Amino acid sequence: MPGFLFDLLPFVLLGAVLGLDVVSFPQAMFSRPIVAATLAGAFAGAPAAGLVVGVALECLALETLPFGASRYPEWGSASVVGGLIGTRGAQDVLLPDPGAWVIGVMAAIATAWLGGWTMVQHRRLIAHWARPRLDMLAAGSMRTVVSLQIFGLTSDLVRGGLLTAVAMAVAWPVTTWAIDAWHLGALETRGALITGAAAVGASAVWKVFHGFSVTRRLFVVGLAMGSGLVLLNG
Amino acid sequence: MADVTSSEPSGAVSSTPLVGGIANATIGVAPTGMTAAPLPARIRASMLLRCFAIQGSWNYEILGGNGLGFCVEPALRQLPGGVDGDAYKQALARQCGYFNAHPYLASLAVGSLARAELDRTPPDKILRFRTALCGPLGSLGDRLVWAAWLPACSLVALLLFGFGWGPLGVAVGFLILYNIGHVALRAWGLGAGWLYGMRLASALSARWLQLGPQYIGRGAALVAGIALPFASHRAIGGGPILDPVPLAVVALTPCLALLLVRLHGKVEGWQLLFGLLAILVLYSTVVL
Repeated sequence: MPGFLFDLLPFVLLGAVLGLDVVSFPQAMFSRPIVAATLAGAFAGAPAAGLVVGVALECLALETLPFGASRYPEWGSASVVGGLIGTRGAQDVLLPDPGAWVIGVMAAIATAWLGGWTMVQHRRLIAHWARPRLDMLAAGSMRTVVSLQIFGLTSDLVRGGLLTAVAMAVAWPVTTWAIDAWHLGALETRGALITGAAAVGASAVWKVFHGFSVTRRLFVVGLAMGSGLVLLNG
Repeated sequence: MADVTSSEPSGAVSSTPLVGGIANATIGVAPTGMTAAPLPARIRASMLLRCFAIQGSWNYEILGGNGLGFCVEPALRQLPGGVDGDAYKQALARQCGYFNAHPYLASLAVGSLARAELDRTPPDKILRFRTALCGPLGSLGDRLVWAAWLPACSLVALLLFGFGWGPLGVAVGFLILYNIGHVALRAWGLGAGWLYGMRLASALSARWLQLGPQYIGRGAALVAGIALPFASHRAIGGGPILDPVPLAVVALTPCLALLLVRLHGKVEGWQLLFGLLAILVLYSTVVL
């Protein structure tokens, strides 16, 4: 057990750093699933499979618009969880194990939802911490400004780490069971998963760009071109 | 699309121009009569670096106010009396009040408010200006970055994956592409804010800011159409497209996508997918 926990530590740290990137610092989008799951896969020795997990999650993240004070799924820490869980048993191969991939995506979705809730709680925590210091802020205290900033950044880092640790602790045994008990064929499983992820991605594109003229027509033209080219290549 | 838990979102996606006034403003050139003494490079670098953490203390009490004060603070040290002077303390207190805007475009506010403070603009005028900035910067930033640039870069990354790029190429390619826009926008915002000061409407009415989301959105829609079939084909393992499983993916994906568009506002795609995958797990582990 201690060895297992020691092995998970890099992933907890990765989840913490990428959770921080979502809102607090530096918002450079290391936390996007296509990067975060790939990194987690690389940490687990399966970067290619991590990328494939990340592609499925990226399609889901396309429909998340992180507007200001709204609550939205937190994909940074979630993608680390998805990347680790989804690449179990996929070392030295290019595609994830089907059972692990499905559980990895489900674990990432659940973690992202929980992560959105923790972000709201984190904002409340900072507000709670700031309230007794508002007088100091109104007096122009640089020390208070900096300490509030440091408190916010540090607590967000801890939030991401804890979230990742809890999610991995829950998802790990489920994955062990799912890998052993999985009976559906690999191609059929991958087909079902990608159908769902691609549909979410396509509907997100349709909805996100609806405000701009001709974008829907361009999307349909692109789909025709893409499908035609895949057909020719396949 | 998102569960709003506060009445103060930074903005909503809209296709209407946000700021009137001078159109076609040339970026980096001050309008006639607007000459700003350059900020020392060290202070400018410090402010830019701090802008990356502007949302570090975002909370439901003063939203991003503390973050804005944190970013403006290095410039305020130039005020008479330095960090111990009354001018510094009063200015810092003003800048730490309630504030909300898009995090990248907030650098425009950082630059212009720093200039206003160092120009010793009357406090009530600064406060009114500061309040007026929230809406346009939030709305414009949401349209330009969250609803256009970020999804566009994601879709390019999916296209790279579909074209067979490896993990390093896809991840690094995405990060470079996205952050060229990200860092440039923050740096431009800080410089333009300082240059234009309280005449920021001129900077905000620039054609590239107003029309950028539209052009990026069009390009991204085309890329999305090409990327999704390629990425899906590779993710299921490649192979002949006319086999039953790839054909089923081709047939079912548009149907499910249309269903999700119809259900817009009632259920999120990731929620529906979670339910479908739960059924798949039960089927594969219990039924089979």
